[in-house]
Amino acid sequence: MTDLVTDPLRLVEVVAFWALAALAVVAGVLVFRWDSMARVTYALATSFVAVGLALVVVDLHYIGAVTVLMMVMEMAIMAVFMIMFMGMNPALMPMDMTHRKRPAAVVAVATFVVLAGGALLVPWERLADPVPGAGSASAVGEAVMGPKMLVMMTVSPLLFATLVAGVVLASHRTRYDRLGDDLRRRPADDPQPGGVGR
Amino acid sequence: MAEALLFPLGLTAVLLALAALAAGLDAVLVEGPAAWRAPWQETARLARQRRRALASADRLLWRLGGAGLLVAALLMAAVVPVGGRPVADVPVGVVWFNAMDVVVWAAVWCLGWGANAVHGLVGGYRFLAQALSYELPLMFALTAPAVAAASLRMTDVAAAQADRWFVVEMPVAFLVFCVGVVGFSVHGPFAHPAGADVHGGVLAELSGVDRWVVQAGRYALLAAGAAFGAALFLGGGTGPWLPGWVWSLVTTLALLAVLVAGRRLLPVVRPDRFVEAGWLVLLPLTLAQVFVVSVVAVLRAGGA
Repeated sequence: MTDLVTDPLRLVEVVAFWALAALAVVAGVLVFRWDSMARVTYALATSFVAVGLALVVVDLHYIGAVTVLMMVMEMAIMAVFMIMFMGMNPALMPMDMTHRKRPAAVVAVATFVVLAGGALLVPWERLADPVPGAGSASAVGEAVMGPKMLVMMTVSPLLFATLVAGVVLASHRTRYDRLGDDLRRRPADDPQPGGVGR
Repeated sequence: MAEALLFPLGLTAVLLALAALAAGLDAVLVEGPAAWRAPWQETARLARQRRRALASADRLLWRLGGAGLLVAALLMAAVVPVGGRPVADVPVGVVWFNAMDVVVWAAVWCLGWGANAVHGLVGGYRFLAQALSYELPLMFALTAPAVAAASLRMTDVAAAQADRWFVVEMPVAFLVFCVGVVGFSVHGPFAHPAGADVHGGVLAELSGVDRWVVQAGRYALLAAGAAFGAALFLGGGTGPWLPGWVWSLVTTLALLAVLVAGRRLLPVVRPDRFVEAGWLVLLPLTLAQVFVVSVVAVLRAGGA
């Protein structure tokens, strides 16, 4: 605590971190309290942005900035899709983000207890420890980024391939509809002509 | 401690001054020299106008969206080095700028949605369609200077241009960057989300101070984009004879003037026409640009 009193910048950082943490939780709660799809989506975006900025405060600049970038982009698109495709037109009528409330509450509480218990009970190393890199935080980092790295790197192209395959399979119009049976029709027959006349 | 407060205030004042200059130039180019007063007259008019109240408008999202443009512009400008020194020397300034230009997505859509009116909503959706087409080329255009400077920190990118401005080495990236800036400030050829055919689109229901904040935000975004482009491609405050901050100011003003003047030369592009141009022309071009820049960077590192 002594360096908090002597160093005003450090104090600002601590206050900013806890303020952002509180904002993340409050915005997260609002996701389940508000009844408008647009508001709910942007409450979730706010929660993620607060987490991203908290990461920036603890000097994880790149991950923090990318979190803000990805989450705002994702939620901006998600709002459009949710409003388009959700049944009963929930965007235009009051809706509720909670479904199957009892099982959901049980799962949520159990997950929270496990994660919060883990965070509080595991004897994390302190930065002031004499041998940095010997404690449990480093061990978690090694486990994820070391031997499991191959899995991590394979998962992302696999997910991407699945996405592309899913879109191709679900696509209403194929290249034969666009370009004819011999794929020679130019320009393509599109319901919505594009800017370069392809 | 006093500097920590004065610096952001100065930044806000400079950005608003640049935005006012851009708005004035815009009016002069469109309506003739006598229109130089237009932004100030509009400010006076809007300051006296009453706020319009709309039935079941989502006021929270509407106001946040409106303020979001100005806030995003300020947060962009905060990482721009002026004469080698930014307000906030973030180690990932380039990514930060990118994150803030994505915040504009949310802001413009909320602005369109919040009014609970058809024209605004149409404008909001138009903007997202447009954003999906310019954003990826813009991202790769931002990557090129970062690769050449081997850093995401804006002060490093600016310093790396001491010998040669990046616009010479990567003209394609610079042009695509300019397209992105005009795109996220909903200006000129990319003003379709606020188009006259939908009675002003996202601007349609705005009145009084709310309208002022949004319009100021649009010009501030253009100004922040120009300042960032000057730091990223036009030497970043490096040049002969003059001190760094003068170079920053001159290059920023020059780029801002070009971006505003482009409005007179180019027609408005519809988002559905721009999709193919963005994905099939601009994106491959920027990828090729990043490839060339990367090869040059590797060769230079090997030679040194």
